[in-house]
Amino acid sequence: MSDPAEQIQRRLEQIPYARFLGLRIELAGDEMTAILPFSPHLIGNPVLPAIHGGVLGAFMEMTALSQLLLKEGQARQPRVIDVSIEYLRSGRPLTTYARAEIKKVGRRIANVHVEAWQDQRAAPIAALRGHFLVTPTEKA
Amino acid sequence: MTDYMDQMRNFASGMNQGSPQAQALKLETVSMDRDGAVLRVPYDEKLIGDPETGVIAGGVVTTLLDHACGQAVHTGLTEFKTIATLDLRIDYMRAAEPGKDLYARAHCYKVTRSVAFVRAVAYDVDPSDPVAAAQAAFMLDSNGGRGFGANRGTGRK
Repeated sequence: MSDPAEQIQRRLEQIPYARFLGLRIELAGDEMTAILPFSPHLIGNPVLPAIHGGVLGAFMEMTALSQLLLKEGQARQPRVIDVSIEYLRSGRPLTTYARAEIKKVGRRIANVHVEAWQDQRAAPIAALRGHFLVTPTEKA
Repeated sequence: MTDYMDQMRNFASGMNQGSPQAQALKLETVSMDRDGAVLRVPYDEKLIGDPETGVIAGGVVTTLLDHACGQAVHTGLTEFKTIATLDLRIDYMRAAEPGKDLYARAHCYKVTRSVAFVRAVAYDVDPSDPVAAAQAAFMLDSNGGRGFGANRGTGRK
């Protein structure tokens, strides 16, 4: 058994879009943090400048998917059914972090909440709630 | 009226060209009128979300819809205002066809003094068979006096 963080990281590296964003994950015990290092191509509004809202949504979606892979062990990549994204503050040209909380996993559907922040954990820049179609690996 | 819409078309294409993320996705505004905006993202292997099927990542659809909804807000206004996304809800109905370009059609159906409401669909071939549907709300006059470079430097005001 290799390190679970490494397994998820390897899975992410196989996804071209995860490489395009530059997303990676870190584990502290069983707590996962997704990290999106700042890169100029993530900017949506060059005037402020601010990270594209779609990029923040995409980052939080990938955080939820990674958390599901980590906690539930999925036979297949979970599929997004719906997401609701709240934008709280504009994304500055800084590293963005996100953590996901799985609120419920049923036989087919999981409900996940995600929060993203930058320099202050207590001042989140965006939040996401979503439903995901899951196919959990049979537990031995 | 036509003048404003022409200005907005120029603004939209400038916004796409000046936005590094829009450039990275090769995002393009196909049309813009009083009915809303249609945008396109060409199929690109670097945007694949599922390597087994070659299907474009949901995140690309998210960004396309956010961008399209933002541009549609301007079609619902009569003068330029700065805007910011308040919330964006997306239903993913099916996987996009691998190899096909993605489109989004967004329509601003209500504008109040401070908020604009937008609906959008993302599709590959037929808008009546969408890949995803979105509903978004935008704050108007969002810059609150914060102008050029407001997000630079340290600390949040």
